[in-house]
Amino acid sequence: MTERKIRVLVCKPGLDGHDRGAKVVAAALRDAGMEVIYTGLRQTPSMIVESAMQEDVDAIGLSMHSAAHMTIFPKVLQLLNEKGLQHILLTGGGVIPDEDIVALSTLGVGRLFGPGTPMADIAVYVKDEVGRRRAERSAAGVL
Amino acid sequence: MTDGAPLASTVDARVRALTERVRKGEPSAVARALTLVENREPVAAALLHELWPDTGRAWRLGITGPPGAGKSTLVAALIAHFRKSGRTVGVIAVDPSSPFTGGALLGDRVRMGVAHGDSGVFIRSMASRGDLGGLCASAQEACDVLDASGKDVILIETVGVGQTEVEVVHAADSIVVVLHPEAGDAVQAMKAGLMEIADVYAVNKADRPGADRLEQEILGMLGLRPHGADTWLPPVVRVVSTTTVGVPDLVAALEKHRAHQNQTSGTDSRRVRRIEQRIRLLVESEMRSRLFGRPEAAARLAALVADVRAGRTTPYGAASHILPGNEP
Repeated sequence: MTERKIRVLVCKPGLDGHDRGAKVVAAALRDAGMEVIYTGLRQTPSMIVESAMQEDVDAIGLSMHSAAHMTIFPKVLQLLNEKGLQHILLTGGGVIPDEDIVALSTLGVGRLFGPGTPMADIAVYVKDEVGRRRAERSAAGVL
Repeated sequence: MTDGAPLASTVDARVRALTERVRKGEPSAVARALTLVENREPVAAALLHELWPDTGRAWRLGITGPPGAGKSTLVAALIAHFRKSGRTVGVIAVDPSSPFTGGALLGDRVRMGVAHGDSGVFIRSMASRGDLGGLCASAQEACDVLDASGKDVILIETVGVGQTEVEVVHAADSIVVVLHPEAGDAVQAMKAGLMEIADVYAVNKADRPGADRLEQEILGMLGLRPHGADTWLPPVVRVVSTTTVGVPDLVAALEKHRAHQNQTSGTDSRRVRRIEQRIRLLVESEMRSRLFGRPEAAARLAALVADVRAGRTTPYGAASHILPGNEP
C-alpha cells in the first residue's frame, strides 16, 4: 500500500481573473508533496463541489480577491453538506477582512490566509487539518 | 493484503456496500473506489475482485502524445462528441508527479470545462506517482472502476510523452497518438515506441502551418511499414480540437478500428494480453510483499548482505536463498 497522498482542489471562483495567488499556492502545496488539482478560472460553487467530489479531495482552497467571499464560501459549504462531503476541508485566502474571516469560521470554513502568509504555514495547516479529519473518518470506519 | 491470505479473501460488508453503489454509478462511491484503488489500499483487491464481472463493457480509448500536442483539449472535444450521441464518458487524466517531492499539479481539468451538472461525465485526475510508462500504476484498475460504474466510453489521457512511454497500449482498446504541426521534426525522432502504437493519428491544430507536412511525414513513415491484407493501417485524421473540427472524423476512424479489431479478433487478443498482464502484476506484487514486506524478511536480507560483504556468499547465492522453495 502506498502512502495516501493529500489531494487538494485549488479553484478561482467567479469572474475575477487574478489567478497568480492561486497558482503560487498550488505550486507551494505541490512542492510540499501534495497532489493539487487546479481547475482554472471562472468556477461556480456547483462546479467546485462537483470537481471536489469526482476527485475525492481532502481539501478545497478558494482564492478570493473579488469581495464575493461572503457569498461563495457559504454556498460551497452548503453544497458540500448537501452532497454529504462535510469531511472536505474548505479553506482559502485572498483579500478578506478579519471580521469576515471570523464570521466564515463560525459557519465551518477553515482558516483563511491573507497576503504575506508564508507558504509553509498553509502547507502545515492543510497537512495537520487533513490528518485530523482523516483520523476521525477512519475511526468511524469509513473506507 | 494480509500475509498468506488469498487475494481478495476478506470482502467485508463495507466493500460490498461500496461495490453496490459503484455499480449504480453513484459519483461519490466511484470517487472513493478510485481513491482506494489508486492508493493500493488493502481493500482495493477485494473491491476490484467484486467489480470484475461488471467490467469489459466500456470502450477504452487511449489518448497519448507529446506535451502540448493538445491531448486534454482533444479529450474535452471527444467528451462533447460522445455526450451528443448519448454515450456516457469516464476520463482518467494522468499528469506527472515530481520525482523530488512526490507532489503533483494536475491541470487537465482546466481544459475540460465540461457542462457541469452532467452526470454522464466523470473526470478523475491522477498523478503518475513514479510510474515511468506514461500512466500511473493503477490506471487500468481505475478504468475498471469507471467501466463497472456503467460508463460507455473511457478516455485515458497519458502524461505528455516522449518516445517510449507506451504503457497505454496495455490499458486501451484503441489508441490515438496526438501530434501537432510544431512538432513536425519530432516525428523523425519518434519512429520507435510512441509512433508504433497508434491505431489512429490525430494531427491536432491542423489549422496551423506545417499540418500538411506533418501529415505527409506520418503517411510516408507508415508506407515503409510491412503490411499484409489484414493489417490495420492507422489513418491520419486532421483535427482542430478547440473548434471540434475533425472530431467526428476521428471518432469514425476509431469506430472503423474497432470494427476491424472485432473482425480480426484483435480486441480479444488485446484483452487477453491485458488480463494476462494483470495476473502477472498481481502475483509479482504479492510475491514482493511476501518476500520483502515482513520484518523478519528485512532481518534476513540484512544478514545476507553481511554474508556477501564478508565473502561467505555472493548476491546470486543470497538471492537463491530468498526465493520460495529455498528457504532455510
